[in-house]
Order: sequence, then structure tokens, then C-alpha cells
Amino acid sequence: MLSRESSATLMSAITAFLYREARLQDEHQYEAWEKLWTDDGVYWVPANGADIDPERQMSIIYDNRSRIALRVRQLMTGKHFTQTPQSNLRRLISNIELMDEQPDNGDIAVASNSLIFESSLRDDTLWAARNEYRLRHVDGELRMASKKVILVNNDKAIYTLSFLV
Amino acid sequence: MNMMTGVPPWERLIRPDRVHGSLYTDPEIFEAELKNIWYRTWVYVGHESEVPNANDYVVKSIGPQSVIMTRDEQGKVNLLLNRCSHRGNQVCSFDRGNARSFTCPFHSWTFANDGRLVGYAFPDGYEGQDKSQLALGRVTRVESYRGFVFGSFAADGPTLKEHLGGAAETIDRLVRTSPEGEVEITAGFLKHRVKANWKFILENECDGYHPAFVHTSIFGVADSMIGKLYGGASTALTRDYGNGHTEIDLRPEFRKRDAPMSWFGTSEERLPDYTARMKTAYGDTAAREIMIDGTPHVMIFPNLFIAEIQMFVIQPLGVDDSVQHVTALQFKGAPDLNRRLRQQTMGSVGPAGFLLADDSEMYERCHRGVLARNPEWIFLGRGEKRERQDELGFTVGHVTDEVPSRGIWTHYRKLMEPA
Repeated sequence: MLSRESSATLMSAITAFLYREARLQDEHQYEAWEKLWTDDGVYWVPANGADIDPERQMSIIYDNRSRIALRVRQLMTGKHFTQTPQSNLRRLISNIELMDEQPDNGDIAVASNSLIFESSLRDDTLWAARNEYRLRHVDGELRMASKKVILVNNDKAIYTLSFLV
Repeated sequence: MNMMTGVPPWERLIRPDRVHGSLYTDPEIFEAELKNIWYRTWVYVGHESEVPNANDYVVKSIGPQSVIMTRDEQGKVNLLLNRCSHRGNQVCSFDRGNARSFTCPFHSWTFANDGRLVGYAFPDGYEGQDKSQLALGRVTRVESYRGFVFGSFAADGPTLKEHLGGAAETIDRLVRTSPEGEVEITAGFLKHRVKANWKFILENECDGYHPAFVHTSIFGVADSMIGKLYGGASTALTRDYGNGHTEIDLRPEFRKRDAPMSWFGTSEERLPDYTARMKTAYGDTAAREIMIDGTPHVMIFPNLFIAEIQMFVIQPLGVDDSVQHVTALQFKGAPDLNRRLRQQTMGSVGPAGFLLADDSEMYERCHRGVLARNPEWIFLGRGEKRERQDELGFTVGHVTDEVPSRGIWTHYRKLMEPA
């Protein structure tokens, strides 16, 4: 266990990291967002529940690091029409919790809730999710080794989700 | 005179090279489509492999209606309507499961998984009632072709085989991709909702004109081989099989490449287990041909789209509300191929897919676009002057030509016009 003081310091660093990630996503700063990932990062948005096996069942997103890069490159072309024009976005991040401070592999397990308001050509859409992260210190900076976004309604038919969630 | 009020005669709305914009936006036309297409013709519902064991069930749909596909104790596949015969409550609230019976939570009426009413609470109030008159509703005719289960609400009409016609051969071609000759639908569905009329989806599936433009963002960054298939110099074909079924036939391009598994951007060397199993199953020559030709790109009217590596099921919920259900095709006896099929499908389709997010954006923009009243028409004349008949008598054109849309609308008009 970390001391109470270092735990508070870690919590404040994590909170700042999650807020920063949220802002980069809301403002479509794709390259800056991509730099938040470790080299082995996995970006996962399951479908049909939280606990499916992504190696066997369809997920909405199940990107390894190279596919995260591809996703960002497609957004950067300016011809990914579903994001041209870009959605206007603002999200609230809350309920940030340290789930496991020192798991065996040294990553930090963190969870949060998010509520995202998207305004796009189609309409205004509200998205809600549970977010589970594994964060890692790389060269003194926090990085995402994994991010799992469990949309509350991922068992239903959902509209196009082409911004960074 | 048209039977319906408010809808002009169909010949005024559907012409050989153009259709009227209101066909996509008029709520009365949508209601007429439910009656004349969705609740009459053969509609794809589910696949036998989704209910492999006795008493398995999965909830599917025909248009807005919820349909429970069950495999009963005798092994027979049933399509039951999810509506209690008492007061209409839905008897099944889970997506899938294994159950011998469904008990309505409202008054505890219980139905066997073949639809029979087997009991109700406090039966003394129903003295003399014939239970057989109170079974669950069912899709009138159920037939399957190579595991694909279709339903029709019409008591009479063409058989499924007659409805599929020439397009049945594309399903034969599909199942040959498995060394055991069977498709399996086991990877779960993504459900992608669009605020657009279902026919924008239907027509886009075999539109070979759009990929070079709509998908330019991903072709440009992904080192994709797909773009060339849809270029001006491509030898691939569009085909109209009749009965509304349409195809993009990419085999001429794959045969030019003459490299097994090139259709899927891979090679025999990268799939050694699959290659060996195919050669054992079909012999070296036939296996090589199958692995060069690849899987079909075919739109089975009105709702089953087999898109080489994945399968879409189109569901209309309202005149501007549609769902694309999509999953990776899986082939029995092909684990290494199946893994790649799942990975590629997840990348390309569904709400966050590299391809389908942009296709769906087009559907929604088209729907909003045709609300403008001038010009009144959607122009579908591309390639009309250069279309021809293939050796089997089906109309074919260049891969970018609008042969498929013209075929779809010809069949649509037949279904919609009063007999």
C-alpha cells in the first residue's frame, strides 16, 4: 500500500491525466491524444455487455497500438466524412477511483464514469460510459496501457461513434 | 388507381433510370413497404448455427416485429412472434438463451418453444377453451438455405429457392470457403443505428461507384487493396440477379491476380492450417480456385448483405430509422481464417468502423438531402447504355455502374404495385 500522502499525490496526477485526455478528445487533438498511449496500448469498446471475450466476440472498437494509430491517421486526413465537420463535444469525467494501486505488473488500475454530449450533423446525442484504465509511468509521465469504454447502452443499436470516446 | 390514398401510382414514382425522392421519406410509403415487402416476401431472419442445440433460442426481427427463433426438442427451427396470445405482452425479454418454454410475466401463460400454449394460471376460468387456438403467432412459412433461415408471412407465393433464383449460387460459393462447407454465425452482432431510410442502405451495398470517394480516408492511410477494385480500369462487374438480388462480382480482378487468398489481403503461407484443410477437403485444383475467387459480395433482397468477410442484416424500424446488424462470417473448420475475419470485421464495420461510419454518414446525409423537393428525382442512369447480359442471362455492368439500383427498383415496383 502507498502511504496516504503518496496516494493523494498519485490520485491528483491521475485526475489531471484523465481530465487532460478528456479535453484532447473533446477538442479533436488527435496526435496529442495518441501520444498518451504506451507502445503496447489497447483501446477497447465492447459490445453486448462488459465482459465479452474480445478475441471471440465482436467489439465496437478493439484496437491494438497500430490500429489506434490508423484510427488517428484516418481522422487526420480531413476526409473521414463522419467527422468532417467534426462533432462538437463536451464530456464530464467523474467517480474517479483507484482500483488497484500496485498490481503485479506495476500498472495502475483506474476507473471513472463519463457523460458525453455530442452535437453532430445528425442530431444531439448523449453517451454514457464506465471507463477502465491501466495507466503506467513511462519516463516519468503517465500513459495509457489500456482503456476500456463500457457504454451503458452497448447492448442496443447505437448511432455512429466516430469521435474518440 | 392506386389502392392507397396519398401515394401516387408507382409508375409515376419509379422510372427506368430514376426514382422519386419521396420513396425514401414518405411515411405512407413506408407503411405500404411493411405490408407488401417485409410482411410478405422472404426475409432473412437468422442462421441455424445461432441455435445449435435443442431448446436454444435467439431473438431476431422482421422489420419492427420481434421474432424468436427457436430450436425445439425435435430439432426443428421455429420463428415465433414475441407476443403473448392473451394481452400482447412480450413473452421473451432476453436476447438469447436455452429454454423449453416461455412464460409471459403478465398472467403467467406458458408457451412451449414450438409455440404451443401449454398452460395458463387459474385454468378453471377457461373451462372448455381449446388451447390450440391460443398458440403464439408464427411466421407463416419458414425455409432455410445452407443454414440461412428465411421467413415469409405470405401463405402462398414463391418458394425460398424460387425467390433466391440465381443468387442462390452466391451462397453456394460462400459456404465453399469452409473446408466443411458450412458458415457459422457465432461472433455476436454489432448493432449500428442510422437516421435514414432502409433503402439507402440496400442500394449502397452493391454500389461500386462510391468506395473511391466515401472511403478515400481509409484507403489512403491503410495501404488497402480495395480501392483498385472499384477504379475506372477495374474488370469487376455489377450484376442484377432479378427478384431484387444484386452483386458486385470481384472475381475477374481476383483471377487476374491469380494468388490464393489475395481476395482477403493475405496468402496461403500466412494461413497454412486453412490452406491444408481446404486442399484436403476439395483437392488441390478446386481449393486453389475457391481460394482465388474468394467470397461473394451480394445483397439478397431485402435485408441480407454478404460482404465478403462479414454479414449485415438490415432492419427498418421507421421511415427514417434503420439498424444494420453486422457480424464477422465464420467458416466451420477454419480457426485461423476466422480469427482474421473477426479482426478485420471489427476494424471496418459497426458504429466506429473505418468504412461503415462513413457509409452511414452518407445514408443520413442522403436522407436529409432528399427532403429538399427539387430536383424531385434520384438519377440512376449510370451505365444504362453499356449494360449487357452475361452467359446466364443476368444483366451486368461495370463495377461502378448502377445496374444494382435499377434491378432493385424494378423488383420493388413489382412488389408494391397492386396485382
